[in-house]
Amino acid sequence: MLQPIRVRDEPNQEVVIAGQVVFPRMRKNRSIMSKRKAKYAHLPIGESITQVQSMLRERLCNQRLPDKPEGTEAQHKHLLELLRRTAIHGESNSVLIVGPRGAGKTMLLKCVLRDLLEDKEAQKSLLQVHLNGLLQTDDRIALKEITRQLHLENVVGDKVFGSFAENLAFLLEALKKGDRSSSRPVLFILDEFDLFAHHKNQTLLYNLLDVSQSAQAPIAVVGITCRLDVLELLEKRVKSRFSHRQIHLLSSLTFTQYLQRVQSQLSLPQDFPDVKFAQDWNDSIKTLCEDKSAEEALRRHFNSSKDFRSLHILLMLCLSRVTVAKPVIKPADLLEASRLCFVDAKANMLHGLSILELCLIIAMKHLNDVYEGEPFNLQMVHNEFKKFLQRKSNSMYNFEQPVIMKAFEHLQQLELIRPVDGSAAKTQKEYQLMRLMLDHSQIMEALQKYPLCPTDVKQWAMSAFG
Amino acid sequence: MTSVLQHPGYDEEKLRRVTEQTPCREAQTGLLLSLMGQPQQYSYPSIFVYGHRASGKSHVMQVLLKELELPHATISCVECVSNALLFEKMLLSLFGCEAASLLPRTPSLSDFVRVYRHQCVDSPATQTRYIVMEKAELLRDADVNLLPALLRLQELVDDNLTVILLSEITWDKFRPNTGCYEPLVLHFPDYSKGDLQQILSRDSHPSYSADFYSSYINILLGVFYSVCRDLRELHHLAALNFSKFCEPLAEGKVKESDTHKLWRNIEPHLKKAMQTVYLREVSSLQWEQMQQMEEKEAGALKGLSAHTHVELPYYSKFLLIAAYLASYNPARTDKRFFLKHHGKIKKTNFLKKNEKTSNHLLGPKPFPLDRLLAVFYSVVDSRVAPSASIFSQISSLVTLQLLTQVSHDDQLDAPKYKCAVSLDFISAISRTVNFDIVKYLYDFL
Repeated sequence: MLQPIRVRDEPNQEVVIAGQVVFPRMRKNRSIMSKRKAKYAHLPIGESITQVQSMLRERLCNQRLPDKPEGTEAQHKHLLELLRRTAIHGESNSVLIVGPRGAGKTMLLKCVLRDLLEDKEAQKSLLQVHLNGLLQTDDRIALKEITRQLHLENVVGDKVFGSFAENLAFLLEALKKGDRSSSRPVLFILDEFDLFAHHKNQTLLYNLLDVSQSAQAPIAVVGITCRLDVLELLEKRVKSRFSHRQIHLLSSLTFTQYLQRVQSQLSLPQDFPDVKFAQDWNDSIKTLCEDKSAEEALRRHFNSSKDFRSLHILLMLCLSRVTVAKPVIKPADLLEASRLCFVDAKANMLHGLSILELCLIIAMKHLNDVYEGEPFNLQMVHNEFKKFLQRKSNSMYNFEQPVIMKAFEHLQQLELIRPVDGSAAKTQKEYQLMRLMLDHSQIMEALQKYPLCPTDVKQWAMSAFG
Repeated sequence: MTSVLQHPGYDEEKLRRVTEQTPCREAQTGLLLSLMGQPQQYSYPSIFVYGHRASGKSHVMQVLLKELELPHATISCVECVSNALLFEKMLLSLFGCEAASLLPRTPSLSDFVRVYRHQCVDSPATQTRYIVMEKAELLRDADVNLLPALLRLQELVDDNLTVILLSEITWDKFRPNTGCYEPLVLHFPDYSKGDLQQILSRDSHPSYSADFYSSYINILLGVFYSVCRDLRELHHLAALNFSKFCEPLAEGKVKESDTHKLWRNIEPHLKKAMQTVYLREVSSLQWEQMQQMEEKEAGALKGLSAHTHVELPYYSKFLLIAAYLASYNPARTDKRFFLKHHGKIKKTNFLKKNEKTSNHLLGPKPFPLDRLLAVFYSVVDSRVAPSASIFSQISSLVTLQLLTQVSHDDQLDAPKYKCAVSLDFISAISRTVNFDIVKYLYDFL
């Protein structure tokens, strides 16, 4: 039974400043809590729900890092050790983090960086340069970005360099500290590493890896990529300078571990302001994971993909259904979210077609059945439709050719049919060959759900041959 | 239970206005609102909304963002053909014109992210910022790095930002080769017949009762629903034809409740509209003018297709007929049609069985110039000399796009052509020269 709700009349003062690490705010909460702890047992329910939503949303949108690595302890240790050697001991290194999309590569790197920067010495001297293959599409742009992130624009000024290597060497030289003869260690993080391999001559990669092999300056090159065959993309001279160190994030979870992950993603931490609420919440999450129907839905998700991202989408949909009126996640929420994730998009689009367009699709299906998937054109489809009208129909009547053409073009715009590659310019529109991009089962499934479908159309669809 | 939108982060009055402006879309609005969460909370980095056109995707997004006064940028990918336009528009809507002017001449994505991050330092996000991209299917044809970058823009700029893509194509056709940050995919279902009735009845004319208008909408849907479910088209048709519907009422011939007579009056008119205005054969202006005119005068409504019927000279007509015959008859049957004594021709069973080989379904076949002239000479009744005027008429037929040249321009000695007219067109032409074309067509034997 909840305590009587105290309505707070001052507005919620907490302002989220984007980009800040979460922990300072948590500390602020704790200090407020320690003052208030004597007075109230817990926060009003609306306030708690808001807190839960904020916290879990940040976690699901990858804005909040987990305290300790989940399932990637070995990789975490390896990477941390490597980067520590560069930051503190001045040893040059290069490593690639390889894993499929949503495996947690960026999360791993951010955790390692956070742990690395806890060391005072590393924090003082390490410089970081973050490059992304999607943004820096050219080596020239990449070099400008490196200059900018190292804050050396003034030093470079209007200098003109002969080559990329010269420019890079100048930058690294400029980082030399006054007292020591060696320059500060720089950490180069290359996101979407495989896209850098498509640049001309792979100059950036070559030069960075060259510096990491020679004794010029202590740099660490960390590449993050989703392609398992990334080494094939590198040129021979680049590959030879790479240390061939790869950290793989190929998840080998069992279903039990997956369930544990679901639980940990949804659980509230110990320092949540309202302790009792957090306790109740965590218990309800535990019950949720033990529920039979929820487990079945999760198993279905586990069988299709084990990565973090698809899990986050599912949990986000569940979380959005949590309100003050219903402050827990119920199995029904999970089932509904699962249904939304697994729905067939094309069947949904078929649901919204007009009956004429649906008849055209059924005519195409029959043509595919009779002629074993050979492409068709509008004239053939219209002919097939006319045969249906003559023989079986009493609810549909014949439309003019231009109206049929407009329906056909609408289907083409929805990309449910596509022209066969050929000389599209030289043929008339009615005779252009097309293929149907739908499966037999999708059409039949859509027909079941189609609203107000005339029975003769349904029977025509089910019959074997036109 | 009236489904009233409620969310702790937003004002109830504003939500009520949102509900008013988005009829029959309560479930979708509620889902979007719950995903957006309170303004200061994070929302999923990218959301993909798909659904048929005129199913309310842009409308619901706009109403939500405007009424709740959230910082947003709405961009139509049709307008922003180049990256510069896209980035400028985004920065302009989110930060103002000073930010937009910081972009260099031809900005790359890297420049955009840099300027954005710079602006974020000065004005950090207290509320989630939204970027809505309409007609997102055009992003697939833009730079190959643009779509993946937009999907993870929240991570790249390190800000409380959500990108919402609206499209009528499903997400499966968007996915890049090496994958990308998968967005949350939402579907906007189409309106049911009842929904369409409800929405269209909202624009009732003030001088007539609401029931009257909804009976009109009922009749309109009865005619057009099986062909078209697009709300915009139906809305347009409803607006155009309402005056004609009210005509007998204005003239005093029938009362408002006399639905059968009103139906009898409007139904042929709507059927005619399907062949003309719906197909954009005539413009809406022409249609309205036609409605003003008397019944008798309104006979000849010249649509766009009517303009394709060009008046050709005598020999050109025969050349076109010959071209049609050459395209749609297989070459081996020429002997049978055009020679006086062709002897016996065996009709093989194999050919007649497969209906698909009907040339009228497959399309016209190319033919060489010699064959065209051979057929032409046998079809034309008078003696014609093969002069330059005949050959120039062939070229002019090609210019009029009644014939298409299939061979390359370099091949001067044996050009190949194809006939590009329909059966109705050629029948009309052959009627004017008293030539029975159907007798000469192989498919109609």
